[in-house]
Order: sequence, then structure tokens, then C-alpha cells
Amino acid sequence: MTLTATRVFDEWRDKSLDDALFECREMVESAEFETVRRWRDAGGKVAGHFQVYFPEEIIHAAGMLPFKVRGAALEPNHADSHFGSYLCSILKSSLELAMSDLVELDMFVSHPICDAARNLAAIWGRNFDYPCQILYLPQNPNSAGSVEYLRHEYDRMRRVTQEVADCEITDDDLRASIAVFNENRRLLRELYDVKRSTPWLVGAVDAYALVALAGMIPREEHNEMLATLLAEIRERTTKQEDRIRVVFEGAFCEQPPFDLIRMLGRTCYVVDDDFHIGMRWITEDVAVEGDPLENLAEAYTEHSSYSPVQHDLRKPKEKMLISRIRDAAADAAILAAAKMCEPGLEEQVTYTHALDAEGIAYFVSEFEENMSSFDQLEMQVETFVENLLFA
Amino acid sequence: MTTRESTQELVGRGNREGAALFRDWFAELDEAGRNGGQSAYVFVMGSINEVLKTFDLPVVFPEINSLQTAVRRVAHEYLETAEDHGYSPDICGYVKADIGMQLRGGQHPMGQMPTPSMSVLTNACNTYIKWAEIWERMYDTPTFTIDIPGTRQAGGQTWRGDADFEADRRYVEVQLSELITLCEEVTGKNFDIDKFRQVLGYANTMSRSWKRILDLNRSKPSLFNALTDGTIFLGVANGFRGTEAGARYFERLVEEMEYRAAHGIGQAIEEQYRLLFVGVPCYPIFRRFNELFTDWGGSFVNSTYLWFASGGTNSGFEYDLTDPLASLAEGVLINVRGAMDAMFHQNDVLEHMAKDFDVDGVIYHPIKSCRTVSTGLADGRRHLTEELGIPSLFIESDMMDRRVVSEAQMKNRIDAFFEGLASRRRQLADA
Repeated sequence: MTLTATRVFDEWRDKSLDDALFECREMVESAEFETVRRWRDAGGKVAGHFQVYFPEEIIHAAGMLPFKVRGAALEPNHADSHFGSYLCSILKSSLELAMSDLVELDMFVSHPICDAARNLAAIWGRNFDYPCQILYLPQNPNSAGSVEYLRHEYDRMRRVTQEVADCEITDDDLRASIAVFNENRRLLRELYDVKRSTPWLVGAVDAYALVALAGMIPREEHNEMLATLLAEIRERTTKQEDRIRVVFEGAFCEQPPFDLIRMLGRTCYVVDDDFHIGMRWITEDVAVEGDPLENLAEAYTEHSSYSPVQHDLRKPKEKMLISRIRDAAADAAILAAAKMCEPGLEEQVTYTHALDAEGIAYFVSEFEENMSSFDQLEMQVETFVENLLFA
Repeated sequence: MTTRESTQELVGRGNREGAALFRDWFAELDEAGRNGGQSAYVFVMGSINEVLKTFDLPVVFPEINSLQTAVRRVAHEYLETAEDHGYSPDICGYVKADIGMQLRGGQHPMGQMPTPSMSVLTNACNTYIKWAEIWERMYDTPTFTIDIPGTRQAGGQTWRGDADFEADRRYVEVQLSELITLCEEVTGKNFDIDKFRQVLGYANTMSRSWKRILDLNRSKPSLFNALTDGTIFLGVANGFRGTEAGARYFERLVEEMEYRAAHGIGQAIEEQYRLLFVGVPCYPIFRRFNELFTDWGGSFVNSTYLWFASGGTNSGFEYDLTDPLASLAEGVLINVRGAMDAMFHQNDVLEHMAKDFDVDGVIYHPIKSCRTVSTGLADGRRHLTEELGIPSLFIESDMMDRRVVSEAQMKNRIDAFFEGLASRRRQLADA
């Protein structure tokens, strides 16, 4: 069963490209998550899934809205007392969204991506009555047993979702959803092609907003929007400027504040990044024919990107980053990490040593999703850029 | 032997013999470190010692090495070395102390540590994975992650015969077979199924005994301090799992505890308050931290630490030696999942402990270094307090980094907690 009739984001329609992109930014930057409320008001159900990757096709096939729980720039007034100190912001702000009723869910799923986030389902479960599940994505994708195991885990998630949605999810439903998401993956790849080849045509913050919207509106609607706006972006006549090209690394989970991305976009071309990498995790089309859950499991383990929270012997992170930099013909990397993010901070050390060995310039920084002052950071980035430009 | 002689021989024997075994273990590692011998780096939550000991591989537990530097008050030296190398003050102190030690050529207060020939880890703690990646890069050493699916939703554990459980068990079994192949490659030895059965037999003795020891501490007064004595027992439970020496030690420890229970021989203090400990001990001031409670007559009768840091072997699960590999997969799945439950879904555990051990209060000690253990404690405490009404104390510090340990502040809060307990007891008596 797929429910696609409800449209939740019309603000971009019938507007100039600049105005349409403005509406996209506004919708993503707001902590109100208006699109999710509209979906619920129309009678739809919502499954929240925490960063990084989740097989949204399963939720989509049940006619529910998969909502990417990725925190927000807000004060965790309700959630703060449920956590101790020394934790990243996204945990608290995500729970805050639910506790303050900004986002109403019918189920919540998290993954053991890190020591902190793996506690989230239990915390959520103590505070909400709806199913709060952990999806155990394989942490040993190199094992011969990992695809079969993951196929079963996806089937378990199908059963949980069926109960919440109160409907059967057939293999044909899943195949139809995979086709929708394949189209979405193709369009997102196209967007990143534009970023890499002609970054002056799409601002860093605009590209960010276009990707982030995927996590809060139905995918068919997102496909239509991306197809329309990408065609207009390609038609732009914006001139190339003399800026350095950078890869931003470190936003696989908590997202940097909008203004930080905006600031970077003013200073350099962000030609590739790991913003919302989970929504671009699968790098190729997923097979539509055959067993859809096995196809999804296969795609997760065999045709996927990388992040500090997945260990795969075939994908050493520093080598993957260097490939990302080279493929994007970038001049430098911004090596960021969310404050208190253990995997991000640990990976930063490896990245810096690897880039030193390769002679690739980098800028190291930490961020928090609700930080609001960027003056000092902007000055540092400008100095870094000038050093490269005038070296 | 008279009762007096028995008492002199038995009481405290577990601590004495545990310390001796600890010295033997580190002497073995020191020898391997000095002579370029092989070793496997492993972790307390799922060491898979059952396989490694079948290949006679000495095991290094970096968590234990790191906490030793804190107990010996030299952790800051290692932390600083790692931070100078680029590691953030905000990551796990165990990782940093170990990396500091590696960067110093393996020099540890208890000897020269060998470099890893391989490392084996589970996903019970995500930092294990990141940690092993560092060795992978540092030494180009093989890393094997045994991925063990945990509980998917509170109270939703599955068991033998359930299709979901069998899918998990099969996945673990495939990985164990792959680990055995890797061990053969690393050691150049063939897998010996008979020796494997023998190792599993020793592990069974240890698991059975460990469960019995923990249960015996329901005695009044309690027989051992879960925080201090318990840490010695844990060291043997981990380092000697699957060995004859480990099995013998735990059999004798059961003998000691049963004797003490029969004769009402408790700890050295006069037990006034029976406490549960949730979290990881404060190793930088380990002895003093304990005294802050014992000075008030508070004794730790059990802890979630004794559950998860023993890899969940407190379950008492015993392997079926007629089907050893499949049974090891089942046991590892149940035990490590149980260890994870003791951290992420600990309220059910605490509810049972509180009743079974007749406790007066629960001490939560979240630490900066370990988000695995600490992230959910504030929320868990809220619900425990609301649902059970058990008095509790929430104090944050660290297991490694003395920079975030404030003894004076801690003492103030602990004193106030005990004053509250005393007042509550008086009110109940008056009612």
C-alpha cells in the first residue's frame, strides 16, 4: 500500500528559482517541521528514524511518512533533564521535538550508530507509548552472513511497521517504493554532480536544503521538486568565481547550523560533503526485481557510501575521504565534528594524519547544531582560504 | 580444621588469589611484550576468549590496562600523550590511555605490553570498533568484529526457537566460524575441537560460579563489596575465562562465599545501608570513592557493572559441549545481549536487584568517558524513582580523567544522600 496523494510542501511551486530555493531553505531551517504536521493533519502516520541510514522504503510501502529525526536548532527545555552532561546536542534536540509535540510520531527507530545514540530508543521508549525500536544494521558487513541477517532484520522491521500502519506490506508494495527511491537517489546524485562540476550554479546552503527536505516530505513530492528545480539550476547563468573548492566532512549525524553552511558557501565552493549522508547512503539503483528486502540488504552492504559509524574493511574512511576529495577536484577539506561526538572526533585524528601524508590542506573545527555566533569561525576560515588562494 | 582456622584460610582468599592471578597474567603479557610474542586484544563485553584460548593466545584487555593506570594514579600521563597526538579531551579516557601507552612503546605500570597480533571486538560498545580501527592503522593488524544484535525494544527479547532469535544466532555462528579461520591464519595452528570443548567446560564452571557468587551476596550482611572486591573478581572472570586457572579460582571463590554466608561473615564494615551501583567506578580515586560510602555504613551489594563488565556471563549460561560452536553462538548472543541490556534497559534489572537484594538506595555514577553506559542513566533514574520510589543519588565524574573528578563536591552530595536515608529510616520507624 502506498499513500501518495497528500502533498505537504507547495510553497516552492510557481515561483522563480531564487524564490523557490528561499522557500526550501525556510522550510528546512524552521524547527516547526510544518510538513510533518500537514501530513498528520491529512490523516497520515509518521515513522521517525534517527540518523544515519534507514531503509525508508519499508515505511513508504506502508503508506506512512518516513521522517528523518536529525535534531533541530532549539533549546531542549523538556528533554535536557533526561540526559546527563557531556553529550552531543542532537540527542537532546531530537527528543525535544517529540516531547514538545513539535513532531508527533507513530513509531520511532534508532540504530546503534554510536554509544550515545544507541541509548535513544530505550529513553524514547520510557517516555512514549508507541513502538520505539532499534534496527540493528550489521556492524560486520564483511561477514558472509551479514546480508542474510540484514534481510531478516528488514523483514522484522516490515512486521513492526505493518502493525503500526495496520496494513500488509507486500513485496510488490516494496518494489514500487524502491522504484520511487531509486528515482530520488538518481536525482540526488544529479544534484551532487552539479555541485562537483559547476558549484557556482547552486549555493551550498541551497543544495543542503534540497537534500534535507527528503527527510520531511513524501518522496514522490521530493522527486517532482528536485526534477523541476534541478532543470532550472542547470539553466542558470551564474558566473564562476575565484574560490577554493572544499569538501565538508563530519556531518554524518548532527547537522551543522544553517548559518555555518551559509558562511562556508560565501567563502568557498563546497563541492562535496557528507551532509545527510544517510539519505545518499546507497550509491546505485536498488534492484527492483526479485526479493525486495534482500535487494535492500545487498545494497546497504555492497553499494553504499561510508561514515565514521560503520566499520567495513573494504572502506577505510581516510581512503574514502581522499577519494571524495580527489573525485570532486577539491583543493582542501573542512574536517568538522559535532561537539561531544565520539566517532566524529576520533575519525578527525585519522583524517588529519592521512591528509598530512597526502599533502592535502584541511581546516579542523567543531560545531553544535544550535550555535549562533560564527564571527570568529568565519575569520578563521577566511584566513585558511586566503592562505590557500595566495600561497 | 577448626572454624577459626577455616575462617582465617577462607575469608579474603578470593581477593588474595585474584591478585596473584592478576600478577601471573601480566607477567605472561610482559614476557610476550619483551619477546615479541603473540597476543589478541579483546574487550570485556564479549572477549570470545573461548575461541582465543583454544589457540593459546594471550589476551590483552585494553580496558583493564587503562583502568590500571587510573588506579595507579598515572592515567593523566597517558591521556596527555594521546591528546598531544590529536585526540580530543571529550572522547573515551580508556581509548586515550591505551593510545598513550601504544605511543610510548607499550610501557605500562604492570609491564611491557605486547603489540596485537589480532584484535577481536563486539559491537556491545561502539567505541570498541573505533578503538580497534586505531590499532588496525597503527599496526596493520587484523581486526574482527563479532556483531551481536541486542534487544530491539525494552522487554522484547527473543529466545531459542523463535525465528528472530535463530536468525541472530545463525549470524553470530557464521562470524564465529570466520573468527576461527582467522585465528588459524594468525597462529598457524589448526582448530582443535577437543581443546575447544575443554575450554568451554572451564567457561561453564566460571559462569555457573559467577552467578552463584552474585546470588550469595543477597546475604545479610552482604559478603563482598560489589564495587571493590567485585572488580577483582571481574578481572579474573575476564582475563582467565575458559582456563583451568579461572575455573579453579571461581570454584574456590564459591567455597569462600558459601562459608561466609553460612557463618554470617560479611564485609569489614558494619553494614547500615545496602546499595546498588549503576555505572562505572571512579578509578582515579577508587579507594576514596568507596570510602565515601562505607564511612556511612553503605555497602554495594550488586551493580550493573558486574553484569555488563563480565560480558553478561552472570546469566550462568552453560554451553552444550555436544554442539559446541552453535552453543557458543547462542551463549555469546544471550550473554552480550544481556550485558547491553544492563546498560540500555537497566530498569528491569534494577527492579529485580532492588527486591532480591533488599536495597536501601541506588547510586548512579555516569561518567564523561563512557556514553555507552552513561547516556540513558538520567532518564532511567527518573523512571526508577517514579515507579519504585527507591532513593537514589546521581553523581557525575569520570573513570579515568581526574580533571573532571571533584572529590569535595562528591562528598557533599554523598553525605547529604546518607543523611536523607537516615532521616527516611527514622520516619519509617516512627510511623
